[in-house]
Amino acid sequence: MYNYTDFDTAFIKERNAQFRAQVERRIDGSLTEDEFKPLRLMNGLYLQLHAYMLRVAIPYGTLNSRQMHVLADIADKWDKGYGHFTTRQNIQYNWPELRDVPDMLDALGAVQMHAIQTSGNTIRNVTADHFAGAAADEIADPRPVAELIRQWSTDHPEFQFLPRKFKVAVTGSPNDRAVIKAHDIGLRMVERDGLAGFEVIVGGGLGRTPMIGKVLRDFLPREDLLPYLEAIVSVYNLLGRRDNKYKARIKITVHENGLEDFGARVEERFALIRPQFTGVDQQMLAAIESDFAAPEFRSAPDTEYQDARRHYPAFRSWADTNLSEHRAPGYAIVTISLKAHGATPGDATSAQMRLMADLAKRYGHDELRISHEQNVILPHVHKNDLPSVYSALRAAGLGTANIGLISDIIACPGMDYCALATARSIPIAQEIATRFDELKIEHDVGPLKIKISGCINACGHHHVGHIGILGLDRAGVENYQITLGGDHTQDATIGERAGPGFSAEEIIPAVERLVMAYLDLRSELGETFLDTYRRLGLAPFKAALYPEARANAA
Amino acid sequence: MPRAYIPKVVTANALLEGDVIYQTATGWSRNLAEAEVLTDEADADLRLIDASQQHDRVVGVYLADVDISGPTPKPTHFREDFRARGPSNYVHGKQEAPKHV
Repeated sequence: MYNYTDFDTAFIKERNAQFRAQVERRIDGSLTEDEFKPLRLMNGLYLQLHAYMLRVAIPYGTLNSRQMHVLADIADKWDKGYGHFTTRQNIQYNWPELRDVPDMLDALGAVQMHAIQTSGNTIRNVTADHFAGAAADEIADPRPVAELIRQWSTDHPEFQFLPRKFKVAVTGSPNDRAVIKAHDIGLRMVERDGLAGFEVIVGGGLGRTPMIGKVLRDFLPREDLLPYLEAIVSVYNLLGRRDNKYKARIKITVHENGLEDFGARVEERFALIRPQFTGVDQQMLAAIESDFAAPEFRSAPDTEYQDARRHYPAFRSWADTNLSEHRAPGYAIVTISLKAHGATPGDATSAQMRLMADLAKRYGHDELRISHEQNVILPHVHKNDLPSVYSALRAAGLGTANIGLISDIIACPGMDYCALATARSIPIAQEIATRFDELKIEHDVGPLKIKISGCINACGHHHVGHIGILGLDRAGVENYQITLGGDHTQDATIGERAGPGFSAEEIIPAVERLVMAYLDLRSELGETFLDTYRRLGLAPFKAALYPEARANAA
Repeated sequence: MPRAYIPKVVTANALLEGDVIYQTATGWSRNLAEAEVLTDEADADLRLIDASQQHDRVVGVYLADVDISGPTPKPTHFREDFRARGPSNYVHGKQEAPKHV
């Protein structure tokens, strides 16, 4: 993984010192809140419902055991002993005190981490496939490119005051695990005639006006990436609406100007600035790539793994559910569920963080990843080590075998923490997971993505959930709307609104009716919820959701 | 006929800790039960201005509706209820200190 240069280290140190002085000036009254707010946001510090919240970047979701240990130490020393992993591969601390934040940032800086550009109208933390460098279906590791984009965008003088926040995601696999079509810019690594390049997707996003991104270039040569990105963001910076924050994202810019016109402006700008990129960026990329060299995988039979599968049903269930195919023979990708039934999705205690770090160090080539689905990944584990890994995870409450199942729910912090939220998300996720655990049908239901947002900004990605739930405030009461048929993959689709919303008391039974209807409707055991929905459409699911409407019509 | 004025409290977040706080007759409290209830619109506006000028202590001052039919003021909206009680997913935040709830 990437190691800071002397320049990076000095930059972070100087930036933290600058922020420390700004905090001191806020506390002694030299800065008003109006003056201080943009400065704290530039360093990832929000003021939420109950407390400050510090959002720390985990670039492309990659970290090592030492970094994870420091995240745990920070949780213990300056927060309440836990951290919350988010849908953008960040970690958030929900309870820091203002005067402690500079110390937190220094602790992060000591392990090459920071909170810069995790807030504000700028290019945010670059995200990537959480199986990067490990997945069997990967064309190339997207992380060196993501790191290049991070270096290019961090404190880029032209892009510190964009019309709105700007999010870039990269995948190196044809199977999209990075939700690239719901980002301002999505990059998919492709090969054409032996040349490496990118499919460039622009103008995707969820929120108030959900849109699936459009292909701006079906093939962009690798060496043109940075100038082309710079051209896109420059055109957006110029054309993006600043009169209305709800129309300021690039998806609206592309929609209002048309893809063709927008693309023509990008090409014009690209032609102008391309000569300024004389190859230094490619030299940097080559250096970064050497930092991401694959670990040395060992060659050994997986006898112990096979034995454990035969003798321990709980291990077999976990292995069948939480492992993914690795590109190296004998290895597996482990997804550690942060979704124990009834737990807060994405939360990990400091003890759990330390355990995951230790497992990565001992069994996983010292690598961890955070997924946009709020789980933690050990990307490289030899199969013979899996019984030991599982045993340790289980003892720490991290052995839940539910990846991709109904209780593996994305849920934004909602009104339990977030100042913008209009309803709670987490308790709904907790109750759904608990209910289906009680029913013991989770594995029978099979792959099903429920995604919950506590407001229209859609941090919980509800639009692309197979079952999406949006919490709203209806006349002072929490109300939950359901969307169906959303998909976050390479076949990205915005879900269809099912009908009127449900109260907090009604939403869990409503989801249960939906799932029971699916079990009745599926044509065969292997037909997933999404397949069934696509085959039959909204009507039978709507009938399950609103049985009283059917009764009244009869 | 003019609509009856809904009683209010002045609320904000503490500058240093970020905690939800309420203006009392003499200062600030983390306990809604100790908040000064404002039943007159002009008084409420004046108290809001007073609170808004305390830049060195508080952030994000505003007036929140309360129900005063019981012995202590209660929030009328669920958002203010969560602000007064703390998050509902864990027993933490204000819930760790019952005297503050």
